Amino acid sequence: MTNQEMLFEYLLRLGDNSLILGQRLAEWCGHAPILEEDLALTNIGLDLIGQSRMLLSYAGEVEGKGRDEDRLAFHRDTQAWRNLLLLEQPNGDFAKTMARQFFFDVFQYLQYEALSSSKDERVAGIAAKSLKEITYHRRHSSDWVIRLGDGTEESHEKMQTALNELWGFVPEMFDMDAVDEAMVADGIGVDVASLRPAWDAQVNAVLAEATLKRPDVSWSVRGSRDGKHSEHLGYILAEMQFLQHAYPDAKW
Amino acid sequence: MDVAKTDFNDLEEAFQAKIDAEKRIEPKEWMPDKYRQTLIRQMSQHAHSEVVGMLPEGNWLTRAPTLKRKAILMAKIQDEGGHGLYLYSATETLGISRDEMFDQLHTGKAKYSTIFNYPTLTWADIGAIGWLVDGAAIVNQIALCRCSYGPYARAMIRICKEESFHQRQGYEIMMTMAQGTKEQREMAQDALNRWWWPTLMMFGPNDTNSANSAQSMKWKIKRQSNDELRQKFIDATVPQAEYLKLRIPDDKLVWNEERGHYDFGDIDWNEFKNVVSGNGLCNRERLKARVDAHDGGKWVRDAALAYAAKKAARKAEAA
Amino acid sequence: MTKDTHDELPLYEVFIRSKNGLDHKHVGSLHASDAEMALTNARDVYTRRGEGVSIWVVKSTDIVASSPEDKGNFYEPSDDKLYRHPTFFNLPDEVGHM
Repeated sequence: MTNQEMLFEYLLRLGDNSLILGQRLAEWCGHAPILEEDLALTNIGLDLIGQSRMLLSYAGEVEGKGRDEDRLAFHRDTQAWRNLLLLEQPNGDFAKTMARQFFFDVFQYLQYEALSSSKDERVAGIAAKSLKEITYHRRHSSDWVIRLGDGTEESHEKMQTALNELWGFVPEMFDMDAVDEAMVADGIGVDVASLRPAWDAQVNAVLAEATLKRPDVSWSVRGSRDGKHSEHLGYILAEMQFLQHAYPDAKW
Repeated sequence: MDVAKTDFNDLEEAFQAKIDAEKRIEPKEWMPDKYRQTLIRQMSQHAHSEVVGMLPEGNWLTRAPTLKRKAILMAKIQDEGGHGLYLYSATETLGISRDEMFDQLHTGKAKYSTIFNYPTLTWADIGAIGWLVDGAAIVNQIALCRCSYGPYARAMIRICKEESFHQRQGYEIMMTMAQGTKEQREMAQDALNRWWWPTLMMFGPNDTNSANSAQSMKWKIKRQSNDELRQKFIDATVPQAEYLKLRIPDDKLVWNEERGHYDFGDIDWNEFKNVVSGNGLCNRERLKARVDAHDGGKWVRDAALAYAAKKAARKAEAA
Repeated sequence: MTKDTHDELPLYEVFIRSKNGLDHKHVGSLHASDAEMALTNARDVYTRRGEGVSIWVVKSTDIVASSPEDKGNFYEPSDDKLYRHPTFFNLPDEVGHM
């Protein structure tokens, strides 16, 4: 892989993360447990879709084959996607959506904090802008994990179950492969493996306040960096890409 | 002579004098019970319509054809949730809780705009809703900015300010499709065909058949009649359709030089009644979605309350 | 008409400072379980278009309001104290702006 190809790959990972999670949050629209929360979830979704547009546009430019954000979003099949497995998992109940969000928010905060001093100015700019949004996302999801964890017996149980169900998707966030290594070497990317202690500290603090147990599960899955996804992604794409595929000649 | 009754008449006269003098009524002031009830009915129905209105558009959010369109639609639907919230908040100043209003909606006691019982079948429907449904809503809402009840008028001003982009984004979708491929043009025309008449029905029955209108006009809850507003909408919309080279599905639609307005065909009020009374395609889904969101979210709200209580108790203990 | 609403999230009034130098202004209300949720909700509900630089939230039940019946004794007494307004005093032009 050339440096350019690796940067393209790296940007796809970042952009796909934001887009797939934003798409999942869009499913909540009109169905949130509190009207105020409907607005909060769409705000977060909007931030994520905004991030993905900047990142995928840049990815397209780096690739130099004339693919723009929409070409990349609507004309790639499952195995060409690079989003974390965690983010394509179904919304489940509100506790599960918040658990997924919380795990990712804490991760994305650390990742973008580091990226905001990337040698690639474009990446640094996007990261700095997004970091403000993510700071709020993290506050929102942490608040909910605490409220649900330390709320009623029922909510505590649901929150704990959600954490347990998603815990096996956590290790993948901190994986490093050749692309990651190369990006770190170039001063563009982040050594995500090094973020794990900080992530653990933040997550542990919130879980402690929420009276929740840090999950102890024996399984973990990975593969998204190589395009190996769960079955859920195919359905997300089938829905998201439908119009572009049904009417390939149309402009929207 | 009934003393209490005289007092009441004095109060009511003073109230009407205030309204006639274009003064706004504020929450804690005396108002006739019927004025309060009329407002609660109208404002909560308006709030419910915003919130139920999120659903037909939300139906396309995950399928929006470009990322830009997805972001715009998401922002628009979010606004609608916000507008519902402003309106619930304004209605609560009249002494009814949001939960009571939800309860009325969920048990069918309160209505929402019938238009949202129609399905969104193609992406062009998202354009048509923005252009026509939001267009009609804006005509209605501009008139309500001068409503005699202060909190309602203020909510409307805020809503009108935010909503101006909604109609424009809808029209832009229609424009793109009307200038697009043959299939897109057909989709755009089909959407106009399906949404035109239900949109005209949004203004309510003809003035001659509108039971509550006269009193509402006197109280300045309404500032213009249903027929006036409907005419205003049609006059504004016909040239917009012409620009798109789309045909409004009404053979009787013709400019009347003498009146300075468009003449138009009769509205099929039987269709309206039929959908209102439950025979629309989506009545059950829409209501079920709202009930499920609310009932299904109870454990979340309970948890938030329980946590707040625990936190307050801990704070008190520490003090 | 009020039924038992103990399981409804409490109502908070929201005040927003649109920019430094201006007062906080009442913009509406919302429901939240506690002050933290009220603040974050207010941000999402009332500042979607950059309307604010500072938010206050106050539990609606904590607001003490004058009643409309107080209008007479609260506000009318000041109507005849016109000397509180600068235009009450006629000064010669020679004095200049004061």
